[in-house]
Amino acid sequence: MTDDLMRSPLAGVTFTAPFVRELPFLAMVNLRVGTFPHPLPGPNRVGTLDGRDVLWLGPDEWLVVGPPGDAPAIETLLHQALGDTHGSVVDVSANRTTLAVSGPHARDTLAKGCPLDLHPSVFGPGHCAQTLLARAQVVLRQVDADPTYHVLVRGSFAPYLAEWLADATREFW
Amino acid sequence: MLLIRCPWCGPRNEVEFSYGGAADVVYPPDPDALSDAEWGEYVFVRDNPRGPFAERWVHTAGCRRWFRAVRNTVTHEFREES
Ligand SMILES: [Zn+2]
Repeated sequence: MTDDLMRSPLAGVTFTAPFVRELPFLAMVNLRVGTFPHPLPGPNRVGTLDGRDVLWLGPDEWLVVGPPGDAPAIETLLHQALGDTHGSVVDVSANRTTLAVSGPHARDTLAKGCPLDLHPSVFGPGHCAQTLLARAQVVLRQVDADPTYHVLVRGSFAPYLAEWLADATREFW
Repeated sequence: MLLIRCPWCGPRNEVEFSYGGAADVVYPPDPDALSDAEWGEYVFVRDNPRGPFAERWVHTAGCRRWFRAVRNTVTHEFREES
């Protein structure tokens, strides 16, 4: 739910680079399950479930991402899909915020601080990974071929990462 | 830079991992029966071979799973093994 009391960890931060912005308050629900009745994406990939994005996090762990306020609906959806199957569904929307980095300089910007090979032949649209960005743990996903990347970062690391991005993007605009 | 293959995520840079020491160290079935010297041996004393060494690693910044790998202590070459 979004209301006047919600405050992003990046509230008040000005993004100097025109191709970096925050997508605050995205709904994020963690799913841990052995067998699930619907197909879930395999390692390092993003899939969909009833209109939401599903990010692979580990061999029995996924992150379901939806628009702000969508978490209760996602929880209901997952609980109903699980039925009597043993599994864990947790609303972790408040854990992370999302930074979008897009355009011709996005890849070079992120490559400055990320140990992943982001070359389009290796990491493209629909790919995701838990990794490091400037030594902060993030979930990184590529959304489209522009390229647009989404960086999911914990609230307490978000101001640091925003400052790092401001510095890393400085040469590009 | 070492490229370490996580059994779940595939090859990743070593900075995403943490080291867990020697693998296959079996917890004593009856710890109370051990002398201090034997307990000290279990807790602290490890092989230090030149060559292949079975180790525990955890993909700290990735999937956070533990796994077993064999690393050559001379060449740093990782051999895939589960
Ligand atoms: Zn992993």
